[in-house]
Amino acid sequence: MRLPSGGRIDRGKPLRFTFDGRAYSGVAGDTLASALLANGVHLLGRSFKYHRPRGLLSAGAEEPNALVELDCGPGRREPNTRATMVPLVEGLTARSQNRFPSLRLDLAAAASLFGPLLPAGFYYKTFLGPGREAWHRRWEPLIRRMAGLGRAPEAPDPDRYAHRYAHCETLVIGAGRAGIAAALAAAEAGDRVILCDEQPELGGRRLLSAGEVPGLAALRANPRVTLLPRTTAFHYGLQNFVSLAEILDRPDGLRERLWQVRAVRVVLATGALERPLPFRDNDRPGVMLADAARAYAARWAVLPGRQAVLLAAHDSGYEAAFALQEAGARIAAILDLRAAPPLADTARARGIEVRAAHGIAATRGGVRVSGVLAAPLRPDGSPDAARATPISCDLVLMAGGWTPNLALFSQARGKLRWDAAADAFLPGEVAEALTCTGACATGRGPGHPVAAIAAGALTARHAFVDPQNDVTTRDIALAVQEGFRAIEHVKRYTTTGMATDQGKVGGMLGLATAAAASGRTVPETGHTTFRPPYTPVSFGTLAGRHRGPLFDPIRTPPSHEWAEARGAVFEPVGQWQRARAYPQAGEALREAVARECLAVRQQAGLLDASTLGKIEITGPDAAELLERCYVNAVHSLRPGRCRYALLLREDGFLFDDGVLARLAEDRFHLTTTTGGAAHVLHLLEDYAQTEFPELRAWLTSTTEHWGVAALQGPAAREMLAPLVRGCDLAALPHMAVTEAEVAGIPARLFRVSFTGEPGYEINVPSDRLPALWEALIDAGATPYGTDAMHVLRAEKGYVIVGQETDGTVTPLDLGLGWAIGKGKRDFIGKRSLARAEMQRPDRRQLVGLAPLDGRLPEEGAQLLATSGARVAEGHVTSAYASAALGKPIALGLLAGGRARHGETVQATRLDCPRQPLLVVPPVFWDPEGKRLHG
Amino acid sequence: MAQRFSFLTLAREALRGHAGWHPHWRSPERPQPAYDVVILGGGGHGLATAYYLAKEHKPGRIAVLEKGWIGGGNTGRNTTIIRSNYLFPESAALYDHAVQLWEGLSAELNYNVMFSPRGVLMLAHSEHDVQSFKRHVHANRLAGVDNEWLTPAECKEFCPPLDIGAHIRYPVLGGALQRRGGIARHDAVAWGYARAASALGVDIIENCEVTGIARDPRSGAVTGVETSKGHVGCGKLGVVAAGSTSLVMVMAGLRMPLESFPLQALVSEPVKPVFPCVAMSNTIHAYISQSDKGELVIGAGTDQYTSYSQAGNVQILEHTLEAICEIFPIFRRMRMLRAWGGIVDVTPDRSPIIGRTPVPGLYVNCGWGTGGFKATPGSGHVFAATIARGEPHPIAAPFSLDRFVTGRVIDEAAAAAVMH
Amino acid sequence: MLLITCPWCGPRPEIEFRHAGEAHIARPADPAAVSDAAWAAYLYERSNPRGEHAERWRHAHGCGRFFNARRHTLTDRISATTKPGETP
Repeated sequence: MRLPSGGRIDRGKPLRFTFDGRAYSGVAGDTLASALLANGVHLLGRSFKYHRPRGLLSAGAEEPNALVELDCGPGRREPNTRATMVPLVEGLTARSQNRFPSLRLDLAAAASLFGPLLPAGFYYKTFLGPGREAWHRRWEPLIRRMAGLGRAPEAPDPDRYAHRYAHCETLVIGAGRAGIAAALAAAEAGDRVILCDEQPELGGRRLLSAGEVPGLAALRANPRVTLLPRTTAFHYGLQNFVSLAEILDRPDGLRERLWQVRAVRVVLATGALERPLPFRDNDRPGVMLADAARAYAARWAVLPGRQAVLLAAHDSGYEAAFALQEAGARIAAILDLRAAPPLADTARARGIEVRAAHGIAATRGGVRVSGVLAAPLRPDGSPDAARATPISCDLVLMAGGWTPNLALFSQARGKLRWDAAADAFLPGEVAEALTCTGACATGRGPGHPVAAIAAGALTARHAFVDPQNDVTTRDIALAVQEGFRAIEHVKRYTTTGMATDQGKVGGMLGLATAAAASGRTVPETGHTTFRPPYTPVSFGTLAGRHRGPLFDPIRTPPSHEWAEARGAVFEPVGQWQRARAYPQAGEALREAVARECLAVRQQAGLLDASTLGKIEITGPDAAELLERCYVNAVHSLRPGRCRYALLLREDGFLFDDGVLARLAEDRFHLTTTTGGAAHVLHLLEDYAQTEFPELRAWLTSTTEHWGVAALQGPAAREMLAPLVRGCDLAALPHMAVTEAEVAGIPARLFRVSFTGEPGYEINVPSDRLPALWEALIDAGATPYGTDAMHVLRAEKGYVIVGQETDGTVTPLDLGLGWAIGKGKRDFIGKRSLARAEMQRPDRRQLVGLAPLDGRLPEEGAQLLATSGARVAEGHVTSAYASAALGKPIALGLLAGGRARHGETVQATRLDCPRQPLLVVPPVFWDPEGKRLHG
Repeated sequence: MAQRFSFLTLAREALRGHAGWHPHWRSPERPQPAYDVVILGGGGHGLATAYYLAKEHKPGRIAVLEKGWIGGGNTGRNTTIIRSNYLFPESAALYDHAVQLWEGLSAELNYNVMFSPRGVLMLAHSEHDVQSFKRHVHANRLAGVDNEWLTPAECKEFCPPLDIGAHIRYPVLGGALQRRGGIARHDAVAWGYARAASALGVDIIENCEVTGIARDPRSGAVTGVETSKGHVGCGKLGVVAAGSTSLVMVMAGLRMPLESFPLQALVSEPVKPVFPCVAMSNTIHAYISQSDKGELVIGAGTDQYTSYSQAGNVQILEHTLEAICEIFPIFRRMRMLRAWGGIVDVTPDRSPIIGRTPVPGLYVNCGWGTGGFKATPGSGHVFAATIARGEPHPIAAPFSLDRFVTGRVIDEAAAAAVMH
Repeated sequence: MLLITCPWCGPRPEIEFRHAGEAHIARPADPAAVSDAAWAAYLYERSNPRGEHAERWRHAHGCGRFFNARRHTLTDRISATTKPGETP
């Protein structure tokens, strides 16, 4: 019921909304929760397990019951949203969850009838049959349908999320009285201050009073202060690296923003959370935390009930009752668990009946509370139902005392210490520059001890501790009875504290119950770990803008635009997008690859090889550094010449390959594989800086500097020669490098080949590559992509690191022993190659494989000695249709393969049993290498 | 003998207010002075080892010493993925041994561990992935391990929330599906093994931290352990301490080829059934399934530095959720409910170590890295046999500690870049 | 996210750095002269302590240099970072 006056709402701005299809109206300043209450809607949800009717328990972020589905259009459906945290907006559409067919008549509530069969952990004891897959086939689908709360969204979310980083001297979390005071003090001292609070309006419990919140105006006026309402600090990382989730809901689609703040100091002013009280059917709609009821009246001018009963374990409940009384509610009675309530006389002076040492034996009602059974307490603290008297009411207030809100303190690895006087865990030691202030540091004063409260409710029925997960005091007692004594075991066995409120509501009560059930004190029992996030955070907030092209940077070689314009087909290679092939109109990919291959074999083709990693190594000891790292003899490499270079890991396995070119005595140009560039640089830097710091050699990544056009084919020289100035191409032998001008562009001109044809790799500054590319195309070169490159190199038996190798292959396995410098004392991995395992004759060695049935082998196929064999002796690493040879070819690794040329092995297939392959040398094209040197 | 769990006993107890349930396992406050075999570490692997020792080998008195509460380490902190489609035959044999035990585990233990073979789909995002996964399919089928290749459309049919469009950064090019793979309820595995082992007489001592390993001065053999609850003698000692293995083994003078890294995971708020299988994308680091409770269970990667802090960095969670939102864009409005970290012990070749050590009587089972949960029953089974016989079980033999000296490593990580 | 002080560049966020494993594991001067077991120890065995850890980092997205750090592996607090060859 809406009060005629008061509250922090704007009655002049009515807002329409619907809940479960029914139209309602609220006002600006309402939350969905307060607006529903104002419309007399008290039944808002169903619980997880028993589908019990539930209403609002709280007015804040800890709400466990009033979870709704918001629907803001396609892709904007959002499950499990706390109605207490949703500011009302025009046209809001909300639905209840976890009920069928309707919230009021939920058939699944029949689960309650079977309640006795469904105590904590019942599912571990049954569903064991019949049959081996009974759980998976029969029971699990049933359980799954019953479980879960809301429905997941069905369409991609169209909204956007942003990230922002910030630094400040002081981050204050929580904008109540203490937080505002801390922010003011820090601002006065000249700090940059960030003050955040999860509520839309800053002020904390000060908002229970009317008027401007003191101090806020001064903070707003200070340019060094950033105020962040609707912003939840949810993750506390090392060294005061705190993550905040700000809800924006901006009309332009910017929904939430992640702030990551590095603060010199953090002040936690996170307040305290009111504890519920355990008694029979304490979950009926209309049973509410006392302070929440007070908040609804004070902040939103909504009376959550006309006739209230307060069950108090703490004085704060009296303040709530008095406030509600002033707002027009009748307080039917105050039942106080304590024998001598300090405020009893004050209450009586207000005409309120107070019954000391009383509790609630049970509540009455259906989908809303209609009364309680007030009962005197027995010596063990439990209500004596036999002596109970009914009291009619439509609102039950629970004032169970306060738990300092130390989730973030705990995330900061602060130690909690039990303070008996405060009857709460309080902040202890913490290594971070972090202070707690206000109620989170001290609590709100002791009330009736939580241990006594728990002890008095151990045998109550339906006394809910974790209302969302339907965990009762009896469930916890049962867990303890079944040997689950560690508090984490109790939590996991009963699921208490694992609901979406993460134990904010019932955490303290749960562990006090476990303590009481096991005959221990609360500190002996300990507490469970507070895990991030403090409250649930959207996946989208954490993912931010990192989607699609921004998920991971896209790298493109310089000819990319040219390729795109010509309809090239691309493939991702690491972060790179490389052209696979350049199909012509009406040409299938396969046909394009064949045409490109033939062009290279018969004429000349052009590949953008700019993605190769490139490292420049300079300095008087550059050769010595490379000599110590690579397997090759480097000192003997003359300036102007190149070598195929291999780099191993220290464990002897091949790590990377490339071409090492000596430009001068003290200067090398090294290429790496496309994917290996950063790793190779890291490894070489490691040795240069830490193993051999005495060497004067410096490494620079030049991958992005050089664009590389690979012109390959028998006509390559003929095409290139007219474009070249300053070098005699005819005099440039295979595996040589020179400086020259190509198409008017200064270039490093390499004569190297990854195809078996004579060829050149022309390195020019990346921004000049497109011009060079056009010139070479004009000269008659056929562009070819990575698919043709793969076929061409395989025809020649050249390996690709990562395809022929998998981190378990040595150079000797690949027949690359010739690359290892003779007589070298050491290089990375040399010692490992000397181990017996690396010398075994039956190691898997590179072979060529010729299909005897003319079909293309399957890459990854296992190689068997006979078709009936069950043990693989190797596998197919590469298989291609060779256009030049007019038949399929394959490479593979085969145990002792070099000695098995001429043997037939059987390859597995997914489409038929086996395929016979003839073991042949791995070089299919020009085995004598005549063309290379032509 | 433990109470039998069944619907009937549950119903009978329901009629008398569940007053008749006993503790699931005996948890003696103090250990006996000596045991024939002591297992160090009360996680799933350690408890399974004790169970299979007691059931199949009966070496005498057995104790499991746990420094905290059982199942509190990686057993209770993982994303519960179970599969056996590993590349190398040694690995496939080990993990498939485990899957076969998973299939009958609830009945074996009379404890519902909720093994749910929902199918594990590993997504390929590059030609390299395709080649690698197809190699797995070939190798697995030959070894008798089910694994099949799915086209992108078939992946989508099997896993409807998946986006197979070309607009995502690394489009899905297909997937390898192991239908026998799935998930299980992690805590129940520890509790189920504990209950079954306890019923066979195994002493499970919680809150018992080991502070030293006692050895015979002449032979060097293990004679017992020093603990926070006093000296406990033993004939054989099996160390199954996951992330803490290095710390225990150094008490016996052994430096291990291990490093311990934080590994994080997270769950969403619970929702109605939406995700019918397990999906893994190693290329973009996303591992996801839905629990029986309805939470999306999501695995993240390890932090880059070694640590025992059990608290990971937020940027790891960010990266993981970027990946999840990229390939499952309908989940962007779902909320992260809880994130946590475990400490995983990683070997240089990413394969476990199971077997003897240079110290007589000392056995070790460690190095499971990010993927140990799936192996729990198999690991316990072969380790129990190894301890009992004093020589490696044939399936465990390739995973010996000395493979790092000989160089006969089993490098699944290099072979497939698969983390889980 | 750790805040790591590069000895050359000052305090920077962890994402600028690459962890490079345990520090002070010297490569044998003459690998050929050591046994397989000693070589394996160099390659693979790590102290992996719970407590103070001497480790290496590289300011990969900064100056590119390697340096040493002392970090407590339970709290992840870095007590000192030093240039190679320096003592804290």
